[in-house]
Amino acid sequence: MTIHNLYIFERGGRCLFYSEWHRRRGPGIPQEEEFKLMFGMLFSLRSFVAKMSPTDMRDGFVAFHTSKYRLHYLETPSGLRLVLNTDLGVPSAREALQHIYGNLFVELVVKNPLCPPRAPVQSLLFRQRLDAFVRSLPYFGPRNPQN
Amino acid sequence: MSRQGGRGTESKKMYWYLPFISPSASLQLMNSELFTLTYGALVTQLCKDYENDDDVNKQLDKMGYNIGVRLIEDFLARSNVGRCHDFRETADVIAKIAFKMYLGITPSITNWSPGGDEFSLILENNPLVDFVELPDNHSTLIYSNLLCGVLRGALEMVQMAVDVKFVQDTLKGDSVTEIRMKFIRRIEDNLPAGEE
Repeated sequence: MTIHNLYIFERGGRCLFYSEWHRRRGPGIPQEEEFKLMFGMLFSLRSFVAKMSPTDMRDGFVAFHTSKYRLHYLETPSGLRLVLNTDLGVPSAREALQHIYGNLFVELVVKNPLCPPRAPVQSLLFRQRLDAFVRSLPYFGPRNPQN
Repeated sequence: MSRQGGRGTESKKMYWYLPFISPSASLQLMNSELFTLTYGALVTQLCKDYENDDDVNKQLDKMGYNIGVRLIEDFLARSNVGRCHDFRETADVIAKIAFKMYLGITPSITNWSPGGDEFSLILENNPLVDFVELPDNHSTLIYSNLLCGVLRGALEMVQMAVDVKFVQDTLKGDSVTEIRMKFIRRIEDNLPAGEE
């Protein structure tokens, strides 16, 4: 079990924060391009999922997986989108994403007067605490990740 | 109001802007009189800085807006409220959860417009004005206008454009304080430019 990377987007598609851990293989495109693609994919998937849903839904989609990784997604009503990629051994990272939002992002970024709202996160403290939190997760596998 | 029951010495400190990573710390309550007096000091200073009441009202609204756009995140994280289906649900959440959480009061919701896009929040008791009387030369000052800005800013972040204003105020001799909220439109998501 392992964690690959984390993205935080604001409503307009700007990537506010990115961090990676066990990501062995890069995407082969510039990072800006990768963010755009990721956000565009989320945007489309989200609207498609909403159209297909038999009843009105609140949470939208929460995760998808491929043969190699699982993408966990959390969207807040304020339009913040958190994306965590892990390997297939992690069934749900929803609580971790909730924690990152409620206890790290809100406390360290939103309530930090030095961080302008909806701007890329510069706070070193946030980066450190986030890193410590992700490393403390039971499914953060430091040794011998498969992918 | 009393402080959250403290364990050890840590909880005796108040961290105003330095973040504090612990759920119990974020629930720390502030003494309500200190809060009321601080707000009073803020309005007083604005009255000194600006010539006329209209400018003070505008400034209060603007400050409130800036508070609101951040406060909504704290609210969503702490209350776990999901997206509202209609404006009536929004009204309920504002009155019963948000006001309760941040001001310790629960305003009542009345005077729905027939179209369901406008309502009033009636505040029996507004904690911001506990020790306040308006002097004669400030008759057009909307003392609690910050609240309007907060509501407007917070709702804008959840994609609702609203118009918020005071229509009655106990400071001006009315029997209750009434905030009128009007739904203007939903702010739709747009795919950022340059993408298909």
